[in-house]
Amino acid sequence: MYALNYQRAKSLDEAVKLLAAEPEAKLMAGGQTLIPTLKARLAQPSHLIDLGRVAELKGIEVKDGVLSVGAMSKHYEVMTSAVVQKAIPGLANMASLIGDLQVRNMGTMGGSIANNDPAADYPAGVLAHNVTIVTNKREIKADDYFQGMFATALEEGEIITKLLWPVPKKSVYAKFEHPASGYAMAGVCIAQLADGSVRVGVTGAGSSGAFRWTEAEEALAKSFSLKALEGLKVDPETCLGDLHAPAEYRAHLVGVMAKRALEKML
Amino acid sequence: MSKIEMTVNGKKVAGEAEDRTLLVNFLRDNLGLTGTHVGCDTSQCGCCTIHLNGDAIKSCAMLAIQAEGADIVTIEGMAKGPKGEERLHPVQQAFTECHGLQCGFCTPGMIMTSAAILKQNPDPSEQDIIKGLHGNLCRCTGYVNIVKSVKRAAELTRGGA
Repeated sequence: MYALNYQRAKSLDEAVKLLAAEPEAKLMAGGQTLIPTLKARLAQPSHLIDLGRVAELKGIEVKDGVLSVGAMSKHYEVMTSAVVQKAIPGLANMASLIGDLQVRNMGTMGGSIANNDPAADYPAGVLAHNVTIVTNKREIKADDYFQGMFATALEEGEIITKLLWPVPKKSVYAKFEHPASGYAMAGVCIAQLADGSVRVGVTGAGSSGAFRWTEAEEALAKSFSLKALEGLKVDPETCLGDLHAPAEYRAHLVGVMAKRALEKML
Repeated sequence: MSKIEMTVNGKKVAGEAEDRTLLVNFLRDNLGLTGTHVGCDTSQCGCCTIHLNGDAIKSCAMLAIQAEGADIVTIEGMAKGPKGEERLHPVQQAFTECHGLQCGFCTPGMIMTSAAILKQNPDPSEQDIIKGLHGNLCRCTGYVNIVKSVKRAAELTRGGA
């Protein structure tokens, strides 16, 4: 990678100051996407601000029907947390499907959501659960957050501090893994929220990143059954086609994974 | 360049490195611990796997300076019995017994990850092992004997003979 300057933030305040001080600085969370990106010379930040030891960004707790996950919570912590397993077992399962054992020991929820990889798992969950992304500046609702592949609503100097997951009645995530990388070729998260509404978040398949499958949401709201999903198709025009799969196949996979997720909920 | 200090295999060590120096290169070049390997350099193969503060991580996906002050164990530190005597770790013993390697390039990483799997799950099923090793690639063995080795290691750790 290109030469850079490493800075370790000891607090959120310090991270904000360090970020403001250097226009070409980048934040580092788990580094599981960032470091490989830097090694490939696809980015050239002047400074790397390590959030790894900022205690304020950690912590997982449930309060008033909302699961709060600190941005620097590792996938391994989310997966094994008794609090998460009790409140949102679908989220614990989702975390267990990310990357591999080593990646889960470093990668974080905040880092993943800030990056918004179109094949990352958490975005499907964030959309399905109507998560609120809390930053050092404001709160952003899930529907306003994702702006396309690798693009988010985060502004300059904005740092995700925690993610608020309203505890649903039930939620399941089903993913069709790429056989080599394990990334989602289509990942569908269905959540039945506390108020009874249904949301369907899809990752891996869209040409602009994660999206809500509103047609499926409407059908499931009328009838929460496999029959409701029959015949529903995602428009291949909105899906990603690349060397791994044509758009039509990804569109097809969304339907299959939606059914598999729903089967686990019935 | 800065001086980076950490504990590796029970000993306090230090080395001079640039901020961009990867942990794997710090271990190999600065500390001469070449048992940890650089395989794919794209964070997929797991040849670089070490234990950092008790967790298995890929040392090619981390900066040395990120690991400052950490407690690191590499493959060189695994052959240590409970009283500090030199003795193959049960995972190493099992890989020997079950022929869990051919060229040996992936093996240090396989052993470090396998030890991590067993720490979490002392009696893993074949599926648990296969899932746990998802981040470690082998080009020689076809994985069959590697999975057998981890099963055998679980037995040995539980006090089996």
